[in-house]
Amino acid sequence: MGGEMTLPPHDLMRYAIAGDRERLFNDDSLWLCLTCETCSARCPNDVDPARVIDALRELAALEGAGHGPRNVAAFHKSFLEQIRMTGRLSEVGLIMQYKMRSGALFQDVAVVPAMLERGKLPLVPSRIRGHAEIKSIMAACAREQALAAEALAATADAPTAGPAPDADSEVAP
Amino acid sequence: MTLAYYPGCSMHGTSREYDESLRAVAATLEIELREIDDWSCCGASSAHIADHLLAVALPARNLALAEAQGASEVLAPCAACYNRLSGAAHAVADEPGLATKVPEVLGRPFTNSVQVTSIVELLQGLAPAIEERIGRLDRRRWRGNPLEQLNIAAYWGCLLVRPAATTGFDDAEQPTGMDDVIRACGANPVKWNMAVECCGGAFSVSRTSSVLRLSRAIIDDARASGADAILAACPMCHGNLDFRQSAMNLDPPMPVLYITQLVGLALGLPPERLGFARHFVDTQPLFTQLAQKADTAAAEAAEAAAAKAAKAAAKTAAKAGVS
Repeated sequence: MGGEMTLPPHDLMRYAIAGDRERLFNDDSLWLCLTCETCSARCPNDVDPARVIDALRELAALEGAGHGPRNVAAFHKSFLEQIRMTGRLSEVGLIMQYKMRSGALFQDVAVVPAMLERGKLPLVPSRIRGHAEIKSIMAACAREQALAAEALAATADAPTAGPAPDADSEVAP
Repeated sequence: MTLAYYPGCSMHGTSREYDESLRAVAATLEIELREIDDWSCCGASSAHIADHLLAVALPARNLALAEAQGASEVLAPCAACYNRLSGAAHAVADEPGLATKVPEVLGRPFTNSVQVTSIVELLQGLAPAIEERIGRLDRRRWRGNPLEQLNIAAYWGCLLVRPAATTGFDDAEQPTGMDDVIRACGANPVKWNMAVECCGGAFSVSRTSSVLRLSRAIIDDARASGADAILAACPMCHGNLDFRQSAMNLDPPMPVLYITQLVGLALGLPPERLGFARHFVDTQPLFTQLAQKADTAAAEAAEAAAAKAAKAAAKTAAKAGVS
């Protein structure tokens, strides 16, 4: 995906080192990374850009800088919402939710009959017995993330805080 | 052999043929798959973007369930699930604090004792059993193994080889395990350039144009390298290469087989049991072509043998005439 990014991974790393939130968060590049991990596998300096990019995305969301372009954000939000509701991903549920969120109502509608014919779209989502457990796992993780955000804000307010916080170590629990 | 089995969400939906062919192969090779009871989604391509702890906790719940159900090894055939499960096990082992934090978040005991196995490792280990079964089939059939006519490109994608620290069962740049499985089946792995390139993964729905560009390049390179088909071990890769191929207007289309479907064919299982009817790219022309090539090869071999026998007979006759 590097070819479709205004800021390819090495640029993202440079702006992260410089702590340039404006450049990082006002651009779609961060959200176009598919975590193929090629940059991390090939980095001659043993930097792990894929992991840093994940941390930057987490940071962007925590600081209210959004969740990326509408379609991409809609997909991930719908995905996690499916897990929260049933414990598993229902592909039908994902697509329905995605359509509502993204506005792409008619995308891929023509292929639905072919999918059904091939038995690839079970219409009844399977809800696991432990779905309440999944909800509480997600809530516990959200609490941890909120605590991390508070700690981060406290560091940013402190006069000794440097201009380039290390996103990776601060956000990762 | 008994293994805990983590199917993951796609195997119950868009990649049912992967699950079906795996179960058929496992039954034939006498491997018992025990599906983890009440398993949940691993978080796949979305959890890690939103929250690192959640991206570890969601797969860890399944490892904890496997542990509680007495398993020491979990098979995760979906490359994405394998990557998340294995990644979670490594994160809990390596990242400070997670070994205590994760059981807390899960609300259940978790000692991180389960080994996560990919489909490639499993089938690589089963290569002798596959070859033995092919040998038995060969003695019964009048023509050779039709898969000997198949040139196929082993497509690994991202999640089976990267990050090397959490996958690591094969080389991250030049992996060979899938080629071993192809050879065990009697088929021929092609040398090509895109084995570990990304197909566009989770952008199938939210950014289809990127998927078409990336997956098209993979199919084109496989064809240019002499492949009749592509071998996949990931529901996302299969969806992008097979389902999305119709939008690429390729003539002829490129069949994409799951690794378990190839092994199933090698074991002599009927294609109906392996779910080929669920593919978007019709695999029948490929099978017909392989059968025809096998017939031709068998006829040529028979002809060569007959010619050799005639020559030997003539020689004996000539010898008899002289004496």
